[in-house]
Amino acid sequence: MTQLRADIDSLIASGSADAAYRCLAELWRTEKGPAAAAFVVARAEQLRDQLSLLPYRLAILRSFTVEPVVPLLRASAFFFGIDLTVQVGDFNAYAQEILDRDSSLYRFSPDAVVWAVRTADIASDLWQDFAHLSPDDVGAASVRVSDSLKQWVRAFRERSKAALIVHNLEQPARPSLGLLDAQSDGSQSVKVQHINQELRKIAAQHHGIYVLDYDALVARHGRLRWHDERKWLTVRMPVAADQLVHLSEEWLRFLVPLTGKISKALVVDLDNTLWGGIIGEDGITGIQLGAEYPGAAYQSLQRVMLDLSRRGVLLAVCSKNNPEDAMDVLEKHSGMVLRPEHFACLRINWADKAKNLREIAEELNIGIDSLAFFDDNPVEREQVRAALPQVSIIDIPQDPLSYAATLRDFPGFERLTLSAEDQQRTDMYAAQRKRSHAEQTFQSKEDFYHYLEQEAEVVTVDRATLARIAQLTQKTNQFNLTTRRYSEQQIAELAADPNWQVLSIRVRDRFGDHGLVGVAITRDEGNACEIDTFLLSCRVIGRDVETALLSHLSQSAAARGRQRLCGWFLPTAKNAPAREFYPLHGFELQQNNVKGSLWAFDLQKAQIACPEWIKLTP
Amino acid sequence: MTSPIFEQIRTIASDLFTVPAGRITSDSSPLTIEAWDSIQHLNLVLALEDKFSFQLSTEEIEQMKTIGQIASLVERKLQTAS
Repeated sequence: MTQLRADIDSLIASGSADAAYRCLAELWRTEKGPAAAAFVVARAEQLRDQLSLLPYRLAILRSFTVEPVVPLLRASAFFFGIDLTVQVGDFNAYAQEILDRDSSLYRFSPDAVVWAVRTADIASDLWQDFAHLSPDDVGAASVRVSDSLKQWVRAFRERSKAALIVHNLEQPARPSLGLLDAQSDGSQSVKVQHINQELRKIAAQHHGIYVLDYDALVARHGRLRWHDERKWLTVRMPVAADQLVHLSEEWLRFLVPLTGKISKALVVDLDNTLWGGIIGEDGITGIQLGAEYPGAAYQSLQRVMLDLSRRGVLLAVCSKNNPEDAMDVLEKHSGMVLRPEHFACLRINWADKAKNLREIAEELNIGIDSLAFFDDNPVEREQVRAALPQVSIIDIPQDPLSYAATLRDFPGFERLTLSAEDQQRTDMYAAQRKRSHAEQTFQSKEDFYHYLEQEAEVVTVDRATLARIAQLTQKTNQFNLTTRRYSEQQIAELAADPNWQVLSIRVRDRFGDHGLVGVAITRDEGNACEIDTFLLSCRVIGRDVETALLSHLSQSAAARGRQRLCGWFLPTAKNAPAREFYPLHGFELQQNNVKGSLWAFDLQKAQIACPEWIKLTP
Repeated sequence: MTSPIFEQIRTIASDLFTVPAGRITSDSSPLTIEAWDSIQHLNLVLALEDKFSFQLSTEEIEQMKTIGQIASLVERKLQTAS
């Protein structure tokens, strides 16, 4: 323990930032707690300039002492690639901070804000005087709390574009009325529930307001274990020392999707992971998999995976096995919850796992840093960790009964919004496999495109597409000309501005619907129309969809009387596929600087034609 | 004074106060360690409770004036618990 600390400090001193980061991660895995958090945060501050971390600013509005949670959160965030700066507001000053446009909250310009206020503080009458209140008083108190929440959320939204994470109200561990509480529908717990339902409605009326189910969090860990009455009375800290880490992890679950540091695919092993035993030795009748113990543990894990795939997480297999043996189980075993069609990619062979993971990322067209790896074998996990440090390795307990919970707890699979595309993603990848298969039977690209009967539809932004458009700006790295990231709130504001146009493109063909796969955001200024954002999901790169969308932009800009269409290409480490986009479509270079290059197209001289094999519906 | 418990407490104090463990002795106190303020004292209490899975009473927290006193307190508590 002391040795690892000394090693980390000498690695930092010798300038080996990546090695120091890996050792710090090991320390954090084994010693997660207040002391290790302080150690990690101090070293993270020395390393921040040498690692590519995402700076992110979090403000916390609170009614209790949260300071000891901050290092825990900053340390956890550090290992998700987030360099977190945190500002904590004064005790119970949240209302003024929200309402005053010039408060320290807004001056901090946070990316996200946590509102952490206890039931006992915001509704002290309902919390401690409930037994003395008349039904009218109870009703009035509950309306007062809901109305305040409504007012604060609205005021916050008017003043800031930041995401807001609102703690809901926790139930008392011991209700004022004792057993009577459960006998009446006007009881204390019903009132708290009612306020929480109102809070959900309030959050749904705005963009970027998210409810943190604090009541469920406390219940999950046990109300009596969670609370520490003595520390509340002495230092205004109501949460027990060993529970603080759970509060920080719950905050992290929001920060991971908010910063886009999510895992898009889950890669699993088979033997002793999806089932108990080794198929090559135990055979299909010998492995443990079914509704009874011990096979039930593996079924639970498979059910979690099915839930994740409904959330848009792609599933893949990477296993050292004879493919025939393993496929036999996947296709025929009566205890399997998952079947081959649930997996977007199967790599069952005897090759090195790091090599297989690289190929899986390539086949799924996602970055290696978007993979999460779940394997019961610690040796395999360590080898992948060493060979591919970008992969998120899920640390798995010994006991298979804990597998399912471990997977559910992994923050990389959290999502804050779900689009139709997320829910159909696995089907889309299955269609993609059929498409690639068909492509090989055609002589020319044009013949294949004609055969696909590709149709593209340009759609303007509305409530249904807003989340997907924002998501595409946040997640698309490869075919993205400017890589500007927008939140839902920002997209909504651009769409409402008459000088801006926010468009997306939906593509379908004979094999299925790709959903919304491209976004273009433009701004009219003088006689020019500037392309602020132009991106395409990697699923449809190289299918001329980008030309169809650009063609639409040129026609609509000309129809609005613009004479020039122009746009920047801002190079990043990942967007090389978009580099030639403007020159290939006849744009001329206007200027070149360290940030990128500016291109323009003269709409008075020519138009950009839509490829004839795409049917475009504007 | 180099019991395993003392070593563990020294590591915790070194983590929290960002002071090399070698510079922490049983006489180290808020008077000799600059970073040991009231917020860090709370963090120290939390780190001890988290590490050793016990709770410290208000009286016990008041007794925690030096690293040496903390180490004997922790040893006493662990003995009575087992």
